[in-house]
Amino acid sequence: MTAAPVSGGLWGRRLAGGAGFLTSILLTFFGLLAVTFVIGRVVPIDPVLAIVGDRALPEVYERVRLELGLDKPLWHQFAIYLGKIFEGDFGTSVLTSRPVLDDLLRFFPATIELATLATLVGTLLGVPAGVVSAVHAGRWPDHVIRIVGLIGYSAPVFWLGLMALVVFYAKLGWVAGPGRLDLFYDGLVPTVTGMMLIDAPLAGEWEVFRNAVDHIILPAGILAYFSMAYISRMTRSLMLGELSQEYILTARIKGVPEWRVIWRHALGNAMVPLVTVVALSYGSLLEGAVLTETVFAWPGLGRYITESLFNVDMNAVLGGTIVVGCVFIGLNVLSDLLYRLLDPRTR
Amino acid sequence: MRHKIAWLAGVAVVALGVGGALAATPADTFVMAKQIDDIITLDPAEVFEFTGGEVIANVYDRIMTFEAEDTETLVPGVAESYAVSDDGRTITLKIRQGLTFHSGNPLTAQDVAYSLQRVVKLDKTPAFILTQLGWDGSNVDEMIKAIDESTVELKLGEDFAPTFVLNCLSAGVGSVVDMKLVQEHEKDGDMGYGWLKSASAGSGPFSLRTWNPNEAVLLEANPDYRHGAPAMKRVALRHVPEPAAQRLLLEKGDIDMARNLSADQIQGLEGNAEIAIDTHPKADVWYLGLNQKDERLANPKVRQAIRWLIDYHGMADSFLKGQFKVHQSFWPSGFFASLTDTPFRLDVEKGKALLAEAGYPDGFEVTLDASNAYPSADIAQSIQATMGQAGIKVSIIPGEQKQVITKYRARQHQIVALYWSPDYMDPHSNADSFARNPDNSDDAKSKPLAWRNAWEIPEITALTDAAVRERDAEKRKEMYLDLQRRLQEDSPFVIMFQNLNQTARRSNVQGFVSGPTFDTVYYRLVQK
Repeated sequence: MTAAPVSGGLWGRRLAGGAGFLTSILLTFFGLLAVTFVIGRVVPIDPVLAIVGDRALPEVYERVRLELGLDKPLWHQFAIYLGKIFEGDFGTSVLTSRPVLDDLLRFFPATIELATLATLVGTLLGVPAGVVSAVHAGRWPDHVIRIVGLIGYSAPVFWLGLMALVVFYAKLGWVAGPGRLDLFYDGLVPTVTGMMLIDAPLAGEWEVFRNAVDHIILPAGILAYFSMAYISRMTRSLMLGELSQEYILTARIKGVPEWRVIWRHALGNAMVPLVTVVALSYGSLLEGAVLTETVFAWPGLGRYITESLFNVDMNAVLGGTIVVGCVFIGLNVLSDLLYRLLDPRTR
Repeated sequence: MRHKIAWLAGVAVVALGVGGALAATPADTFVMAKQIDDIITLDPAEVFEFTGGEVIANVYDRIMTFEAEDTETLVPGVAESYAVSDDGRTITLKIRQGLTFHSGNPLTAQDVAYSLQRVVKLDKTPAFILTQLGWDGSNVDEMIKAIDESTVELKLGEDFAPTFVLNCLSAGVGSVVDMKLVQEHEKDGDMGYGWLKSASAGSGPFSLRTWNPNEAVLLEANPDYRHGAPAMKRVALRHVPEPAAQRLLLEKGDIDMARNLSADQIQGLEGNAEIAIDTHPKADVWYLGLNQKDERLANPKVRQAIRWLIDYHGMADSFLKGQFKVHQSFWPSGFFASLTDTPFRLDVEKGKALLAEAGYPDGFEVTLDASNAYPSADIAQSIQATMGQAGIKVSIIPGEQKQVITKYRARQHQIVALYWSPDYMDPHSNADSFARNPDNSDDAKSKPLAWRNAWEIPEITALTDAAVRERDAEKRKEMYLDLQRRLQEDSPFVIMFQNLNQTARRSNVQGFVSGPTFDTVYYRLVQK
């Protein structure tokens, strides 16, 4: 008699939790789209102009205006757009004249590739640097790391990118210049994931792979430096917090070796909030690093959204917004899961 | 720490290991870096953007054309010859025999008629170039007819100067498309529109291999082109948005030509023996538009004063050096009926005196809308400085180009700084906008530049209408010169510059042709 209600309650709670989670995701998306949509409509640029240009005859102008549904009230336009999204139709981009979905499938992998590599390198360098910095707080290793970080944090990424191009590409010739591949290699590899570093080995095209690596080093390096600066700073302050805790003192008194105290006890605890830091930094890179993408002629999502916005190409902007929304929600879920893995109390 | 060292070592190895893979461009491929994100379509019935216009100029052959060897003389292209009837209402085109499309289909009079009808029926932005001749969706099948395999007859709705009609046929909408191939891709009666946006069906020196938006356009040589196969087997336009990156690629030899360098980047390349700079005059005119709804700007003395308060030569010799020349009439120099007089220069005292006569001895405050990019922003600042010397306090409102145009089209500006480029190489193209305003009411359908500045000009509109109908070429030229003088002396337009375009190339690259308009840029003579 007692077992059933209890289990029902448990399931009920889980279901309610799941439903709550879903509702909050849907609400987030709705809000995101609504705000973007309104911004797109209040931008003082005539969207018809972006399509027909300045010289079109009045009849052509009027026809396109009606085609876009711009004669209808704003809420109606938004409702029509939402309806289409539910049918999986993201519309067509004005700028590329292709379905937005196709565009996203082309531009987003380029960004994923860049952001993942940058975050990986940034984390692998940034976390140890932050730890070292905290352990030697106030002494020269700390100063060196903090100055290096400060430069990465405060130098305009645009300038940094150009300087890196001048030095490593133009002067030293170590790496390839702007672009994702040399023209010669373009179109040799069939698209599977859209990420060159994966597609090229899949197709057994090692020459293309080398060329892709050659091209990605600089932009990924710049973004990695940027995220390293952020991650090491956060690691440092989290570690300083942990190292002053009593359990550290206890461990030291107990005679635990110092490396274990630092890397295992202190970092182990700092790891939980660090996951959020890394996830956020990854998310902001996935949103697209517009300036870096511009300097390196990288066909990524950030540039796609920005250029679309300047041309009030709203289908493209909204499509991009949905992707960015998904990225952040996905990363949130992921870091929640990592929390549970890393924090014994949640097990 | 060990992580870090291992990683640094790894990065260094990768960097050094692949460092040698760089190469110059292949000998049979011409590679340019250019901002190509303005392309939204490659269908000649719709193309109206700079880069798109350039691409179709190399992919399609036009009925009338400007050849790469001489970009200033209008000659028959796909047409072999033309004849104008005595009443001027019928133009008969003889089509060249033996031409073929890239697909191998023969090019006939049917293709020519179809191409023109298609433009009119699809009715996209550039269609007005043809519909202004009196053609519309309902009559075009009657007015444009292929009489036999090699003859097309064009009937005109009104009296037009024959030179004007022929000039219109040399625009992008005069491109001849492969009827059979296009119709094979027709969907729901769209005349192949959905397909041709990103494909090609022409008979020009190149065919389109791929267009990846915001990445690259790749063209392939057509060995059967009527002037012979181009020297380059492939031509690539790579999208490199950042001019500084274009410069680096060029210096490194990874591209053959950089198309979007600024004046200071060009100067930085001077003295580099591996790189040559070319300057090509273009047809854009840069001007200020004074909104006549503003009573101060509607005062003729004020309009005069502003003409004397701009440092035309100072700008052209400093930050615009090599990229602009002083030009003060609405039709650019270097063409039929150009007026090259430049009577105005910076004269603050004269400007002040005129302002005093107008009743504004202490000047006034006024806003200036300008694009926030080079060179508009720089020009606006110079104007702000010189007008300020006479007491006119200018506050600049910077914006995205499209934002500025949106406001301009709503007549909500006071002064605007913008440019205008002709749609086809006939003076009517500019006169139609600068010197014609048939309906000045707020809800007028057509929004020519004269309307946007609320300039009510029944007399000048009549002159423009007469000029486009004048069949005597000499008289017609005089009429346009007269119109330009009138607008130069007094109008809401303060015309300042005509632009020049500079390209930087590797010095082994020869034969790139960049004519006066955006669509007289030709690749077929390029050699290296």
